[in-house]
Amino acid sequence: MPQPSCTRILPTLSRRSVVAGATAAALTRSAWPAAAAFEDDGNATAAIAHIAAGREIKPGRVKLVLPELAENGNVVALSVEVESAMTATDFVKTIHIIAGQNPLAIIARYHLGPRSGRARVQSTIRLATTQTVTALAEMSDGTLWSGTMSVLVTLSACLDGG
Amino acid sequence: MADTPHPTRISMPATAKRGDIIDIKTLIQHEMETGYRRDANGRVIPRDIVAHFEVRYLDEIIFAADTFAGVSANPYFAFSTIVGDSGPVTFTWTDLAGRKTVETRTLTVT
Amino acid sequence: MVGLVFAASQAVGLCSLAAQTNLPSRPAIAKPGNVYQSPATQAQQADDGANPAMLWVGQGEKLWSSTDAGDGKSCAGCHGDAVASMKGVATRYPQIDAKSGALLNLEGRINQCRTDRQHATPYAYESAPLLSLTAYITLQSRGMPRDVKIDGAAAAQFEAGRSFFVTRQGQLNLACTQCHDQSVGQKLRGDTISQGQSGGWPAYRFEWQTMGSLHRRLRACSLGVRAEQLPFGSPEYVALELYLAWRSQDLPLDAPGVRR
Ligand code: HEC
Ligand code: HEC
Repeated sequence: MPQPSCTRILPTLSRRSVVAGATAAALTRSAWPAAAAFEDDGNATAAIAHIAAGREIKPGRVKLVLPELAENGNVVALSVEVESAMTATDFVKTIHIIAGQNPLAIIARYHLGPRSGRARVQSTIRLATTQTVTALAEMSDGTLWSGTMSVLVTLSACLDGG
Repeated sequence: MADTPHPTRISMPATAKRGDIIDIKTLIQHEMETGYRRDANGRVIPRDIVAHFEVRYLDEIIFAADTFAGVSANPYFAFSTIVGDSGPVTFTWTDLAGRKTVETRTLTVT
Repeated sequence: MVGLVFAASQAVGLCSLAAQTNLPSRPAIAKPGNVYQSPATQAQQADDGANPAMLWVGQGEKLWSSTDAGDGKSCAGCHGDAVASMKGVATRYPQIDAKSGALLNLEGRINQCRTDRQHATPYAYESAPLLSLTAYITLQSRGMPRDVKIDGAAAAQFEAGRSFFVTRQGQLNLACTQCHDQSVGQKLRGDTISQGQSGGWPAYRFEWQTMGSLHRRLRACSLGVRAEQLPFGSPEYVALELYLAWRSQDLPLDAPGVRR
């Protein structure tokens, strides 16, 4: 027998965001209150600093695409593409996906190589709440590049447990 | 530890030309239990997730992922590879306990 | 919680209490449920390589040839290749079972074969094997319009389903028709109310993080208006399913769907 859906929601949602989400859910997309949209980046700064280990991170070369408005935080479509020749000597080694407002900031690390042909990965991720997601690409020459995308997550209102 | 394979779905062409870049899509049926939820009695439901996914084409790794609780249930990945010689493409999903689900497809170069 | 219920009833309060007719009616222009989902969700449904429901379809395909059941005779052992033998079958359900006179949906028919022909125990409603077989068989009718019988022996059941659809229910005192005919396109709890068409089911729902039957969706709607959730497979829901199938008549089946 299926569990009621409410128990399936990430439980770390702050009371504040639940209330904000409930109000927002009753509004139409255009009426979304802009001020309530983005909070601080939670654990993202620490997670990114850990990966960078002192190296400079340049914005650019990374195209991260997520829906501006996610209908449900359980499944958010992600596409990340990095500008790279993808040759034996010049390729993308790793792409880190980071979401600081999730209970665990690191969502996934994708490892690529010259045989990947193209530095593009698609997946589906969980977002606990509205936030900015960062994709950090580590190149074969050791340089780091980043792209970000902000997502409004329409929270489940916990009304239908069917 | 006995392996308990999970149902998977792999979409990729069976044949391709040398030098082509082909797209590969994979799905695996897995709850990706986060480890943050509690059951009806208030006990934490233990984390149970796919932690690593690796794809080898003729024994060379063409794509790998380290995955955490923030990956959706029934994990989906789409990625690509450059076609070289004919040969097996092996997909391995490994969960936190080290249990593996392994699938193989053959890519024939025309 | 109380605030949310209030918000929900307010949102729907917009729909006028149109005079309830006693005639069955269909939306003038039928639209499948997926057009009310986001572009990303629609893309996921459209791509079999990305649609997580296809994992269940794959399991159904395996079960179709499995000889584990009772007599050791697989579904394929009697029906052959499902791609040929099950083509169009889902379009004709629910239907009256000639032997018992009962209205059977596809799940009911599958379980009838389990018990009467395989001499095995029936699958529980909402169990992985029943969802998988239902999804696999329904897929064999992809793109085909519905073709249910609503006259003769089915007439009374059809009327029961129609009456269910237009009757106000639950603490919010709302009928299916008030949302799915009169409030289509409106936002409710972050969802967009669709026409309540059934051709995308069984479907993978993000909120459930798994596959679910049409009856699980109906139970969610019942709870949404604070009405009694009827058991999976209950005769009331099967009759409602017949009405929904007739109401979706103009739409090609597009299960398995992907929903918020
Ligand atoms: C308060 C409004 C409301 C009422 C009343 C309601 N529903 Fe729904 N229903 C929804 C919402 C919201 C959804 C999810 C979005 C959508 O697909 O419409 C939904 C979804 C559905 C779907 C799935 C459509 C699809 O393509 O995925 C069906 C079928 C359905 N409802 C049938 C019914 C039936 C039958 C009743 C009466 C027993 C009913 N609903 C009552 C709001 C309602
Ligand atoms: C021993 C033979 C046998 C086995 C095994 C069997 N069936 Fe059947 N099944 C039948 C017969 C006979 C009918 C009735 C055909 C008719 O009346 O057109 C039928 C009817 C059906 C129908 C309805 C077809 C229609 O046109 O409405 C479905 C669906 C079905 N079976 C599914 C299954 C599934 C799924 C399995 C395996 C779990 C299965 N059957 C196993 C013999 C079998």
